[in-house]
Amino acid sequence: MSLFQPETSMFEPLETQDGAEVITRPSLSYWQDAWVRLKKNTRAIISLNIIILLAIFTLLGPFFWDVDPALQDLNQVSQPPSMPKTALVVGSYQSWDGVTIENYEPPEDYADSVPAPTNFRTEGKPTTQVVRLVWDPVPEADGYNVYRNVREPQGFADLGLPLGATYGDELSYEDRLSLESRDYYYSVVPTDGIDEYEIFARLVITPQLAITQEDALERGLINRIDDVAIGELVEIEFHPLGTDYLGRDMLARLMEGARVSLFIGIVAPLLYVIVGIIYGGFAGYIGGRFDVVLMRFADFVVALPFLLFMILFKIAFGIGPGESGIMPMLIALVLLMWPATARLVRGQVLQIREEGYIEAARLLGGKNHYLIMRHIIPNTMGVILVTLTFAVPAAIFTEAFLSFIGMGVAPPTPSWGSMCNEGVKTMLSHPHELFFPALLISITVLAFNLLGDGLTEALDSKMRSRD
Amino acid sequence: MLMYTLKRLLAGVITVWFIATATFIAMHQVPGDPLMNDKAVSAEIRANLEAKYGLDKPVTTQYFIFLGNMLKGDFGISFTQQNRKVNDIIRDHFPVSATLGILAIFFAATGGVLFGALTAVYRNRMPDVAIMFLVILGISVPSFVFAALGQLMLVNINSLFGYSVIPVAGWGTIWHMLMPSLVLGLTTMALLTRLMRSSMLEVVNEDYIKTAKAKGLSPTRIFFRHQLRNAILPVVTVLGPQIAAITTGGFVVELVFAIPGLGRYFVQAVQQLDYTVIMGTTVFYGAFLVFMVIVVDILYGFIDPRVRLS
Repeated sequence: MSLFQPETSMFEPLETQDGAEVITRPSLSYWQDAWVRLKKNTRAIISLNIIILLAIFTLLGPFFWDVDPALQDLNQVSQPPSMPKTALVVGSYQSWDGVTIENYEPPEDYADSVPAPTNFRTEGKPTTQVVRLVWDPVPEADGYNVYRNVREPQGFADLGLPLGATYGDELSYEDRLSLESRDYYYSVVPTDGIDEYEIFARLVITPQLAITQEDALERGLINRIDDVAIGELVEIEFHPLGTDYLGRDMLARLMEGARVSLFIGIVAPLLYVIVGIIYGGFAGYIGGRFDVVLMRFADFVVALPFLLFMILFKIAFGIGPGESGIMPMLIALVLLMWPATARLVRGQVLQIREEGYIEAARLLGGKNHYLIMRHIIPNTMGVILVTLTFAVPAAIFTEAFLSFIGMGVAPPTPSWGSMCNEGVKTMLSHPHELFFPALLISITVLAFNLLGDGLTEALDSKMRSRD
Repeated sequence: MLMYTLKRLLAGVITVWFIATATFIAMHQVPGDPLMNDKAVSAEIRANLEAKYGLDKPVTTQYFIFLGNMLKGDFGISFTQQNRKVNDIIRDHFPVSATLGILAIFFAATGGVLFGALTAVYRNRMPDVAIMFLVILGISVPSFVFAALGQLMLVNINSLFGYSVIPVAGWGTIWHMLMPSLVLGLTTMALLTRLMRSSMLEVVNEDYIKTAKAKGLSPTRIFFRHQLRNAILPVVTVLGPQIAAITTGGFVVELVFAIPGLGRYFVQAVQQLDYTVIMGTTVFYGAFLVFMVIVVDILYGFIDPRVRLS
């Protein structure tokens, strides 16, 4: 067993290492740290991107889609979303004599039943200007009724709109009744001159959109009357998301409405959060009797039934003719919503006031306003930011809600809520008029809610240790 | 306990007074007056009408008359509906709104507790993901869209059967109440589900659950006796404010489903500037909500013996 023999070489000093004691984890401020955590939250980041897209849609949209949202295109009312459409240029309407039987003899006996008319067809090209229907005679019949339906008839009782009746010698009908470019189910029913036989022939037609040169010029689709010849195609006004019941462009209205809805949704919370910060901050910082009185008043305001007073205040501030009613709504929101933030901020301030670092700052001679600006407000910012994020969807909902019951923004100013209100009336026949504004409201509210959830987690510094 | 109740009641009374005053001030700020709606009236008739309704007196006198009548429980006569008392309007239409609200709260509470507990039990599995997706939908989609869609659904169901199985609008039978109250309770249900889920997830890790498991209790017994009962407490606290939300949310549902409730009357009265009806319904609704919140708070003390009311 040999003893350990130290050698002199073992006692050489090591080379000094640079940076052995440098903290490798980067020093992050509170906000940087929160941002890092927020970035890990996929849902919150997607929501943030959606909100940015919405902002672009609202602010930059009108530059790309330069259509007047108030312009009524009465030629295209309640059109569904579509690709760019063209119309066939036709001449002005020419009267038509129709098809008649020369030397017509009415049938002598009235038959109990007759066969359906055959060879039911159109004469010429069916357009939205005119649809001309022709059929072969039924020998036993002494007249015909013509019907038009917009969906497939479910039977004899469901032939649709009665267009007209003809005598036995007339074998044609000219339909010019507000035709649209859609599927029509025409039916022709033979009669004995008065009563119908329970049989019919059917024809499905999709008339082509037609426009006369004069109309095209008037609507500004062409510059000069001989820009297009009869029989050519001309592009008509393009409405990618369709039009509403007055033929106003939905996309342009959604952009205009977004400006109203998001303005109220963002500005109102900003304002009342500021009011709340000032009020709650004072109450919490000064404390004592002052605090009790201020908070008691806030309690009363909280107890006001929100929607009733929203409506009451809105009418109390009044809307003059031609005003949109955005400002009264904004003021009413601020007047009713500030106490929630005030309470929250007061609670935070009361808590932070007792913290050691405030005491230390005070001992070092910090003045009140320095303590408030440098220590108290920055430390409440996280909570306030979260409140703000959740306040936005609440404000958007309130606006939509009021506009929906007709107490919000005054027409013609569009907001998403008032568009929904109009869309609900035609929900069955033109669902797109309700769908788009409702979708935008939902997406916006969803995005802000998810972002709020993400922020709550990201700004909670207790979460840091869990990483 | 008694002191607490009395204190809360006193605060409630003062709050109602505050509501009444705020309503009075707001109403007297409104440009125009109810008599403007009539055809052009001569100055003498106008003066007579104003005298009849007490509008010729100074505002402060009107205020004290209003307060005095309110203490007697008399809200006056409607301006636009001749000879109809505001009290009658409230008596006729409030029960409708209340029935709707109670049913909606019932749907919301049972649905919220049930779904919330389910999501917590099946955490991060299929039922949880599906229900939470619906919850997010319920929170993000405005209630009037649900109302419209609900009505559309009824129309489709009825056309499927060929006759009116469930009435699409109106009021009267239990079938009329089904869809409106469901729609009305939907948003609250979504909120309660979320709350119940997080509260349930907290409870699951508590020591007393472990103890119960160690004792060998059956999972159903643990679920109902230990988890559900403890997790339900936060849900009860928000029920008070949610009652307020549901009553006001009733406006839209009453409008869409053509239900003769007080909410619809209020909107109508506001459009017609019917002073007395507006003031009456606002004060009544306000008082109702204030005392509902107090009742819920007091009940909370009974449900959770750990809470000392003071």
